[in-house]
Amino acid sequence: MDISPDSIVLWRWGPLTLNATILFTWAIMGLLVLVSWLVTRKLSVEPDLSRWQMALETIVTSIREQIREITHRDPDDYLPFLGTLFLFISVSNFLSFVPGYQPPTGSISTTSALAVCVFFAVPVFAIAKDGPKAYFRHYVKPSVFMLPFHIIGEFSRTLALAVRLFGNVMSGTMIVGILLSVAPLFLPVAMHALELLIGQIQAYIFAILAAVYIASASQAHVTEINKEEEKEKSAQHSKEGE
Amino acid sequence: MESIDIIGAASILVAGLTIAIGSVGPALGEAKALAQALSALAQQPDEATTITRTLFVGLAMVESTAIYCFVISIILIFANPFWNHVVQNGG
Repeated sequence: MDISPDSIVLWRWGPLTLNATILFTWAIMGLLVLVSWLVTRKLSVEPDLSRWQMALETIVTSIREQIREITHRDPDDYLPFLGTLFLFISVSNFLSFVPGYQPPTGSISTTSALAVCVFFAVPVFAIAKDGPKAYFRHYVKPSVFMLPFHIIGEFSRTLALAVRLFGNVMSGTMIVGILLSVAPLFLPVAMHALELLIGQIQAYIFAILAAVYIASASQAHVTEINKEEEKEKSAQHSKEGE
Repeated sequence: MESIDIIGAASILVAGLTIAIGSVGPALGEAKALAQALSALAQQPDEATTITRTLFVGLAMVESTAIYCFVISIILIFANPFWNHVVQNGG
């Protein structure tokens, strides 16, 4: 039994191999880009919004809401990175009901790539926000003896991020596969439904943890932006009320 | 016993033990966290969103140890490097 879609090689040309992971990753990227392009092609502010625009706006605003609640900051800086992470993992787990589809997040190479992205995004965001001095100072807080533990923590949480997502998604496909040979009639369907739920929770957790790591690396809380946004929001609400 | 027999028997045994022992700790921890979160929800229903989000994130972190054990036992059963080595060398 295969424990990873990496081993399903579809096409080989010299040293290059095209396996199921890469193919389905491309498919998801294409799907996300195509749907977003089709929907945002004709945006309108008229009352009769299209359903797709409504759906997309709901997704984007709820992601913004979540990021703002966690980071206590203007979500616009983090939205492209965290939103993309969430949408990619979410769609990749959600499509697992399609026959013949192997979720690319069930491969350790995809999840470690995503975790490495988070690993590098944390210092990039923190340095862009507070400057390199403030970022590197948090390694020696509260004392210099904590330096090795901070560094170990950076690596171990990246590993945990990768293995958690991989383990959850891979276990789902594996349990369904095993149940198919034990009790093929009804039980696999129920487990598959549970797996859809777990996939969404894992996508949420991955994005939330990335947000928490990024937020904790840059410690200075910018509350002014929040206050301004809240003011804006209340102003909008009062306008809508009128 | 030949080496392939020992490797097979040890892999199966250790895979079972890994998942059995490794799931006890996270299960107890998650139960405790869930119970605490429920009592917190009963006391402060207004803070439901924050409590639920923190609960989910915390559960995921607690659960990751169980997931490590699961991954180890899956590797031992389905992708065992020692087994593959012995099989390749015609053991």
